Amino acid sequence: MRGVAGWWFVAPALVVIGVFFFLPVLAALALSFTDFDIYALADGRNLRLVGLGNYAALLVSPLFWRAFGNTLYFVVVGVPLSVAVSLATALLLHSRLLRLRGVFRTALFAPVVTTLVAVAVIWRYLFNPHHGLLNYALGLLGVPAIDWLGDPNWAMPAIILFAVWKNFGYNMVIFLAGLASIPEALYEAARVDGASAWRQFRHVTLPMLAPIVAMVNVLTIAGYFQLFAEPYVMTQGGPLQSTVSVLYFMYEEGFKWWNLGSASAVAFMLFVFIFGVTALQLRLARWQYAP
Amino acid sequence: MRRVAALVVNGLVLMAALLTLAPLAWMVSASLMPSGEASAVPPLLLPSRPTLANYADLFAHVGIGRAVVNSVLLTAGVTLLSLAFNVAAGYAFAKLRFAGRDRLFKLLLAALVIPGQVAMVPLFLLLKQLGLVNSYGGVIVPAMASIFGIFLVRQYALSIPDDVLEAARIDGAGEGRIFRSVVVPLLRPIIVTLAVFTALGTWNDFMWPLIVLNDSDLYTLPVTLASLSREHVQDSELMMAGSVLTTLPVLLVFLALQRAYIRGLTLGSVKE
Repeated sequence: MRGVAGWWFVAPALVVIGVFFFLPVLAALALSFTDFDIYALADGRNLRLVGLGNYAALLVSPLFWRAFGNTLYFVVVGVPLSVAVSLATALLLHSRLLRLRGVFRTALFAPVVTTLVAVAVIWRYLFNPHHGLLNYALGLLGVPAIDWLGDPNWAMPAIILFAVWKNFGYNMVIFLAGLASIPEALYEAARVDGASAWRQFRHVTLPMLAPIVAMVNVLTIAGYFQLFAEPYVMTQGGPLQSTVSVLYFMYEEGFKWWNLGSASAVAFMLFVFIFGVTALQLRLARWQYAP
Repeated sequence: MRRVAALVVNGLVLMAALLTLAPLAWMVSASLMPSGEASAVPPLLLPSRPTLANYADLFAHVGIGRAVVNSVLLTAGVTLLSLAFNVAAGYAFAKLRFAGRDRLFKLLLAALVIPGQVAMVPLFLLLKQLGLVNSYGGVIVPAMASIFGIFLVRQYALSIPDDVLEAARIDGAGEGRIFRSVVVPLLRPIIVTLAVFTALGTWNDFMWPLIVLNDSDLYTLPVTLASLSREHVQDSELMMAGSVLTTLPVLLVFLALQRAYIRGLTLGSVKE
């Protein structure tokens, strides 16, 4: 009797997830082997199987590789920077010497809950080379004006700077929870042994926090691979395609040019790549923290 | 020595907080500036004479009122429906026994690694078949249940003592009745958490509404803002007013329900 009740409780959610998530994921794989385009959208009879044709075409497409390289740049520079800022602010917030901890935590976390599109619009003006606040502030420090979003060499660093500002609070809160869970007794024991503040950090805090850092890395990397709205709002992929990300490429391929077969192949390649990187990291972490 | 350290720590945190809040403060300030003032050289930090003209403009000429209504209705719809679906399923996965439960739950957890964007192209075609593209339904229907939501509720529901449920069953209450009058009150904290998470997530969401809503009358605030920013690039003050209108509600909700939100963040990230 109860067995049946359980199914009634999960059925509605499972139907939604099955029909609107699992089914489309499988369909994406199938679609990636077809030439589904605007003609097929109008009439299904125009659809043809092309096998691995989409994948082959993408692998020789310079713009796809450009998008992949840009995304990799964003991840490789952005994630360590973001995690480092999260860790540093979490350590500062955790300090016993700090007053008004709650107020500061809220202030540092605020960008996380803001609407990405809205704050990207703000930063577009902050990055303005002529009247933007950022160049003005840097100018006071003697740094010459930078054309943040107009220079192909600076556009991606600018987006990374923005993304770090927007996201660091998220991991900061996770680190804070991790720091709070380190038993005080460990620090007391270290102090009895005469360990300095630095040695306590090096030999108590860091090792205890290491598994959390590893987990945060995995999740942040997977998240950063999904770069989309920042280039859409701030640069539209430019200048000179220096900020076209994989998802931005997928969006244009699918919903601007209506090459839905090719767009599905892009999405799948991104997924397989993220999956591979995640699996590799988990394996490394297991190897490193194996008892 | 200790006083110096305290000074350094407090000073650094204060500086970090000011740098973090500066863009948001400038947004508010610029939104109150008369036209052209936000592009002054050297930049002005405060409006020479604060005005609400930009906000009035947004409603009178840009018609942002529609976007506000769309955002509010979509957020409310997704939040209410997904709460009903996710709470029921999360509770069942934690506390009710049924064939295949654990295997099913593992499958759901494993699927968390699939980025939502993988499903977007076929989902668009499916919703087109169902006639939901370019309608509220296109945003609401696929969001009615989420693996993350089920997971969050399940983690919390595990702590409900079985005795309480057994006692209700011995009293002759049906499973539906137990859910409504015993389980839901016990799950209240996590329901608030999930509600805040879902509401903020839906309000802020961009890529899917951008894809599924083509008619500018149906645009949400972020989609409207993105399309405005491609047209009104020069009008900084107007754009900042639009940004305030979009972010202020979420910031206020967060400030009011901060604890519930942070609980979801830490509970949701502790997998297993």
